[in-house]
Amino acid sequence: MSAAATTRTGGGSSLANRIVIYGLLLLFALVYLIPLFVMLVTSFKSMDEIQSGNMLALPQSPSFDAWARAWGETCVGLTCAGIKGYFWNSIKMVVPAVLISTILGSLNGYVLTKWRFRGHKLVFGLMLFACFIPFQAVLLPMATILGALGRFGADLESATGWNWGFGNPTVNLVIVHVIYGLGFTTLFFRNYYEAFPTELIRAAQVDGASFFQIFRRILLPNSAPIFVVTVIYQFTNIWNDFLFASAYAGSGDVMPMTVALNNVVNTSTGVVEYNVNMAAAIIAALPTLLVYVVAGRYFVRGLMAGAVKG
Amino acid sequence: MTITTMPTARPEREAGAVSLRGKLQDALPKIVLAPSFAAVLVFVYGFILWTIYLSFTNSKTFPSYVLTDSRAYQRLWTWTFQSDPPSSWYTSITNLGIFGVLYIGVCLALGLLLAILLDQKIRGEGVLRPIYLYPMALSFIVTGVAWKWFLDPGLGLERTLHEWGFTSFHFDWIKNKDRVIYTVVIAGVWQASGFVMAMFLAGLRGIDGEILKAAQIDGATPVATYRRIVIPMLRPIFLSAFIVLAHMAIKSYDLVVALTSGGPGGSAWLPSNFMYEYTFKRNEMAVGSASAVIMLMTITAIIVPYLYSELRETNR
Repeated sequence: MSAAATTRTGGGSSLANRIVIYGLLLLFALVYLIPLFVMLVTSFKSMDEIQSGNMLALPQSPSFDAWARAWGETCVGLTCAGIKGYFWNSIKMVVPAVLISTILGSLNGYVLTKWRFRGHKLVFGLMLFACFIPFQAVLLPMATILGALGRFGADLESATGWNWGFGNPTVNLVIVHVIYGLGFTTLFFRNYYEAFPTELIRAAQVDGASFFQIFRRILLPNSAPIFVVTVIYQFTNIWNDFLFASAYAGSGDVMPMTVALNNVVNTSTGVVEYNVNMAAAIIAALPTLLVYVVAGRYFVRGLMAGAVKG
Repeated sequence: MTITTMPTARPEREAGAVSLRGKLQDALPKIVLAPSFAAVLVFVYGFILWTIYLSFTNSKTFPSYVLTDSRAYQRLWTWTFQSDPPSSWYTSITNLGIFGVLYIGVCLALGLLLAILLDQKIRGEGVLRPIYLYPMALSFIVTGVAWKWFLDPGLGLERTLHEWGFTSFHFDWIKNKDRVIYTVVIAGVWQASGFVMAMFLAGLRGIDGEILKAAQIDGATPVATYRRIVIPMLRPIFLSAFIVLAHMAIKSYDLVVALTSGGPGGSAWLPSNFMYEYTFKRNEMAVGSASAVIMLMTITAIIVPYLYSELRETNR
């Protein structure tokens, strides 16, 4: 990487050129940062200050009031208990969905590279194309199925006193995200295991290791990077999803964070509290931003793995 | 999910029958893959067929399973040409045209520019790169909220510039029905261009320095080196980035909702918004399904040739 970077265009060494290059880079950096900066300073201002002052000015007396209100008091639709409940809804949905889809993806990738069968290419192709479909094309049938599951859950509840998770919106969203995430997780692991030496697998097979032993003892210990990439990718995607969330858990206490945030911001009753809105938006963005700060390198790699090639 | 544990348990339970066990061992990989593949077959391809079926019925609020005719498509077809006053469908597809071309074009140009600039032995590249890239970690909803505030004439950019003395500055596109789609482009480009930059940068770093040196010795200017040698070598990246951006553009839904709430009179709609509104708000399920099918066919036309060529290449 650094070796290739040492000889670039050559002519770019004159001082004027360097100034232009750095100037442009800094200008763009500023443009990319401004929206986040404005959100941050606004969230620490009082409403008076927002209405009278400059949006770029630093807060005169920074306070966490808006943050506390966003977390515990602001109104989402008709309930005014802050966004904390919705934040937890998202966590409860994201964690199982990410884990299940990642584990299934790793098994699928293992089979599709090391235990090939006739037609493995077609199977992979069909799963790969599933990554790219517009979800609008499956939205309605899924709504019908989830509705049926909900009725089944209600029957179960009247029979056994518990719905066994059928019809629970969080469970529904986990199912949906697992299914529509499978294509991506399988793609990631398949591409990763493709490069893994098959001789090792064959040798272990000769020694009598079983399908799952080989997976557990040989592949899993070598899969840490791709697990990180996949988990980050799935986490970001599922946390940020809005379409499924609004279609299948679009109202009431069960909304995930993205839907709740949209409701907070677009609520039409009373005075719009911009500082609270901004604080809520930052809270909603915090988990993915945090993941990005901690593991940004893997984040980029995941995005590229999803983008480049099959 | 119980399906995944099932195959593990089985071979042990049937340890007694050796031949059966051997058969199961052979079939095990397929058994492991089967639930995922079945789920994709049913929930993706089955559901697509289901949606296509619905588009040929007269479903309104609830699905109806009596086939009628291609009425929904005929209505969309008529609306396609109804530009004055524009039908919602006309608005949606022209918006997708504007949004798609500008979003893809500007993201590619900006991403390439930033990548080339960053590739000039820049000090502090490690600081700059994440700055360009962090918007990609944000949801469209958060992006929309941020830009809604920033572009609001009474609160954001316009007011700030007025306060600085540029009182003639006027920027109310977000409230203007003919301009609102461009604000979606701005926010979309802000979010995705850093990612395109990262793709191009990876491509640039993969180019052999010797080739550049040779061009330099031959007396090529930096601009010519980039135009004649480097950029043509980045062709595969252009293609990948184009595919990703095109498919994101066609799927875009959340950004329009969060940034514009659909715009004045639905003037910021994209086909995905059209589908959602007609299906869930206007109780025109058949029309909504038909529009979803058209979206799917558009994406298929772009993706399938691409995937086909990619999968063939890995064959060699």
